[in-house]
Amino acid sequence: MIAIVDYGAGNIFSVKNALDFLGVENKLTADKADLEAADAIILPGVGAFPWAMKKLTESGLVDTVKEQAKLKPFLGICLGMQLLFEKSFEFEECEGLGLIKGYVDKINEPDLVIPHMGWNKLVYNQPCPLFDGLTDDEYVYFVHSYKAFCADSALCAYVEYGGKVPAMVSDGKTIFGSQFHPEKSGKTGLKILENFVKLAVEGK
Amino acid sequence: MLAKRIIPCLDVRDGKVVKGVNFEGIKEVGDPVACAYEYNLQGADEIVFYDITASHEGRGVMLDVVRETAKKVFVPLTVGGGIKTVDDIRDTLRAGADKVSVNSQAVQNPQLIKDGADIFGSQCICVGIDAKKVADNKWTVYINGGRIDMQLDLIDWVKRIEQLGAGEICLNSIDTDGVRGGFDLPMLKAVCSAVKIPVIASGGAGKLGDFAEAFLETDCSAALAASLFHFKELTVSQVKADCRSKGIIVR
Repeated sequence: MIAIVDYGAGNIFSVKNALDFLGVENKLTADKADLEAADAIILPGVGAFPWAMKKLTESGLVDTVKEQAKLKPFLGICLGMQLLFEKSFEFEECEGLGLIKGYVDKINEPDLVIPHMGWNKLVYNQPCPLFDGLTDDEYVYFVHSYKAFCADSALCAYVEYGGKVPAMVSDGKTIFGSQFHPEKSGKTGLKILENFVKLAVEGK
Repeated sequence: MLAKRIIPCLDVRDGKVVKGVNFEGIKEVGDPVACAYEYNLQGADEIVFYDITASHEGRGVMLDVVRETAKKVFVPLTVGGGIKTVDDIRDTLRAGADKVSVNSQAVQNPQLIKDGADIFGSQCICVGIDAKKVADNKWTVYINGGRIDMQLDLIDWVKRIEQLGAGEICLNSIDTDGVRGGFDLPMLKAVCSAVKIPVIASGGAGKLGDFAEAFLETDCSAALAASLFHFKELTVSQVKADCRSKGIIVR
């Protein structure tokens, strides 16, 4: 079972729809026991960083998420990816989950349309199991105004929007974060989710 | 690089897809869920459902259509028409829409844009605009499906929309809508240079080259069409191939 963390932030139903479409057993949950029992965990999220962090704290799941993320495949999506970092400067300095080194700050591109919204092409930076079966011409869907700043070693893929925008990050072990929405990225996104599910099955 | 988006729009009335010409003489065709799925296969970058009669006859949005579509179509879905309150926005997003498009209601109650953006984020608030030319480089905003002239200057309105927190503008030209002579380039240029948020061109696509023309001549981020795709005169993939051959980046 894949647990989708339901802490009151974001479009959790699209993630559920995508997993249902792939025929994968999944559960929207805010229950610690479900996260512990799950084969893998997805942390979705839309909205502002401080607000989402507050919701996650209020749900009492922060410690469980931090602990479980190191034990099984874990995927943060969009804001859920940003929460993986140590801190963010969205509105105010706010501490994140600290699972990947780095921080989150505004996309500073005065000449470009912000939010960075739409389909952008993945540029692979290093091998990542979630990219199995993808070609070198894959577009994924983004909607965000803040981006991650992290070490090259954590960067699996980026897209170009002015500078480099981290698209997929990882701790190199169990933790992954996608700035884009795989559940809204057509066939490419479904393939990435399928690869994530495969990791969970293999880990069993 | 960010790709230019091609967006098929499904005008829906009573759960059926229709397409009018200049909002009059509406013709009826197909099932919206099946149409959305077909567009998805053709490579649509996003799909818009527009409940054309909602603002006029006070019908609610077609949440069931959205719910069913969201189970099998994995690209962003936008729903417009009849969204009057923050609760309408919430219900629509919860049904599986990624964005809502507010039009008449935003003109009558601009606070809806701000409240929606504050609560759900700018990224899910698209403001739809129907505008008509009144003089050279001057347009006014209409509401209720192009029926009522609000005597509101288009450029003033788009700047206001941006300040209120809208994430995107879907700009429909009443003059070119349904005429099939191409998008309204002067109107698009004026709006794109007035705001920084993405602008979707709408109204007027009639042939293959019209999409590439809008992307080459203006800074619009996306182009939308309804009847052209609906009556299968063109497919999304044909439009993309044409854009690609002209050096435009598409998915």
